[in-house]
Amino acid sequence: MSLALIPQEQAIAAGQDGAGMAMRIVAESARLLGAPRLIPIASTHIDGALYHGDSGTLFAERLVEGGAKVAVRSTLNVGALDLMGCSRIRLEEPQRGMARRMMEAYRKLGCEQSWTCAPYQAGHRPTLGSDVAWGESNAVVFCNSVLGARTNRYGDFLDIACAITGRAPDYGLHRPENRRARLIFDVSGLSPSFLASEIAWPVLGSLYGREVGNAIGVVTGVAGHPGEDALKAFGAAAASSGAVGLFHIAGVTPEAPDVATILAGPEPEAVIRVTPDMAAKARAGLSTAAAARTIDAVAIGSPHLSHAEFDGLERLIAGRRLAVPIYACTGRHALALLEKDGRRKRLEASGVVIVADTCVVVTPIMPDIGNGVLMTNSGKFAHYAPGNTGYAVLYASLADCVESAVLGRPVFTDVTA
Amino acid sequence: MSAATEILVPGTAGEGEALVLTAPISFWGGVDPKTGRIADVRHPQHGEVIAGKVLFLPGTIGSSSASAVLMELVHNGRAPAALVLHEPDAILLLGLIVAREMSWQTPIAVRLERDQFDSFRGGQVAVGADGSILRRLGILDGLP
Repeated sequence: MSLALIPQEQAIAAGQDGAGMAMRIVAESARLLGAPRLIPIASTHIDGALYHGDSGTLFAERLVEGGAKVAVRSTLNVGALDLMGCSRIRLEEPQRGMARRMMEAYRKLGCEQSWTCAPYQAGHRPTLGSDVAWGESNAVVFCNSVLGARTNRYGDFLDIACAITGRAPDYGLHRPENRRARLIFDVSGLSPSFLASEIAWPVLGSLYGREVGNAIGVVTGVAGHPGEDALKAFGAAAASSGAVGLFHIAGVTPEAPDVATILAGPEPEAVIRVTPDMAAKARAGLSTAAAARTIDAVAIGSPHLSHAEFDGLERLIAGRRLAVPIYACTGRHALALLEKDGRRKRLEASGVVIVADTCVVVTPIMPDIGNGVLMTNSGKFAHYAPGNTGYAVLYASLADCVESAVLGRPVFTDVTA
Repeated sequence: MSAATEILVPGTAGEGEALVLTAPISFWGGVDPKTGRIADVRHPQHGEVIAGKVLFLPGTIGSSSASAVLMELVHNGRAPAALVLHEPDAILLLGLIVAREMSWQTPIAVRLERDQFDSFRGGQVAVGADGSILRRLGILDGLP
């Protein structure tokens, strides 16, 4: 079936202004995707304001010149600069100026200055069953899986075009029949102590992404709700190792009260029974520098740290002085709470470098030292840091990350899967 | 050798050496937007330059910023002469759609079955604005 636009959409698409440009971009994408129509959306989360080169800045400024404004609530993912001034970004001119112009253009288009990859913890939580257009892989998977709102993975440029038109192509995960699980990912063979540990969720997420790819699965064998930060870590890791846009956890996520309800057919197409050995291998696979004797830095906060995660960090540091810095990436929503009670100053006095509005794998922040070793508790940082920063990675729990930062050498607590 | 294709995104006709990728590629992190060089060390065509080539893509993977990288290549004059895809990739091709909206000169993108890619390998290939694809006989085929 070919794409049909309603007369109002056709009229907008015929315009020479920014709205016309946005509508043509949405319609052309819909045509390529084979969508029969456009549907109204309730909100967007925009990943397109991260500087990759001048062309993206020029595009955003063209929309501004054309008088375009977002038609629905639109939050912004990270940019390439720390506008809060917490950390020093080593981006040189003229790139720095172009990155700033880009961030400014998205502000002028009417986007909220959220600058976070965890908008769902900054007050942007679309309702169950609503259609939205979100970008950034972890935000997309959280929005679909944990909130039960419906979005595809909206790439750069299409996200802002959807925001301006308030429309998205009707295809993929917007359609209920495409949201059902075809695979079971059974973790009941793992020890309860492992499943209760902090590392379980990033490690299982990384394994899940590699095992299921872009298929939709339901996780079974989880005793109770592991908490929102655990689901955030699971989704982020799964969306970095595979093209996961939606997962279900039986008894935990909103579209999967039980396995039978969410399965697409009477029987799953495959059952992946996770063994302790598979979990141990997945955990080992997150590290690229297993034999390192010292570390140069710790990075946490991918996705951005919540207030509760800062509580945990502060408790573990317990006022001690760090031998190597902990880069703690977060959004200004969490920063506001930290500022309120003087905690930011205390953390910084210990040697924590707070990074706001951005993060250490999307823009140059950590020193370019060559052969550096980075420790992290984030499955997503573990995936992207070697390629994007040049640092080799060690994966560990937050507690081990903090102890290692205090000592300047890696410390691991054994948790048997 | 010639074949009929389906036009995915209209654009300027292009001619160049065929570069047939043997594995899917992630443009973000996989292709240098300044030079068009394949930067992904795990990719079989690592080190090859896509600029000015007729690029045959068996598939794409990874980041939703692929569109930004392709548009940046267009803007920097380092885009392929034409793109030949096995299946439409809306995220990647968005880079061409937006570049067209910016009135930049963009290469044509066409669809062709993957099993036909090999017949163009190593040749000088022309993709017409009408979507026609033609392998020219020439030096690379050992002929004058």
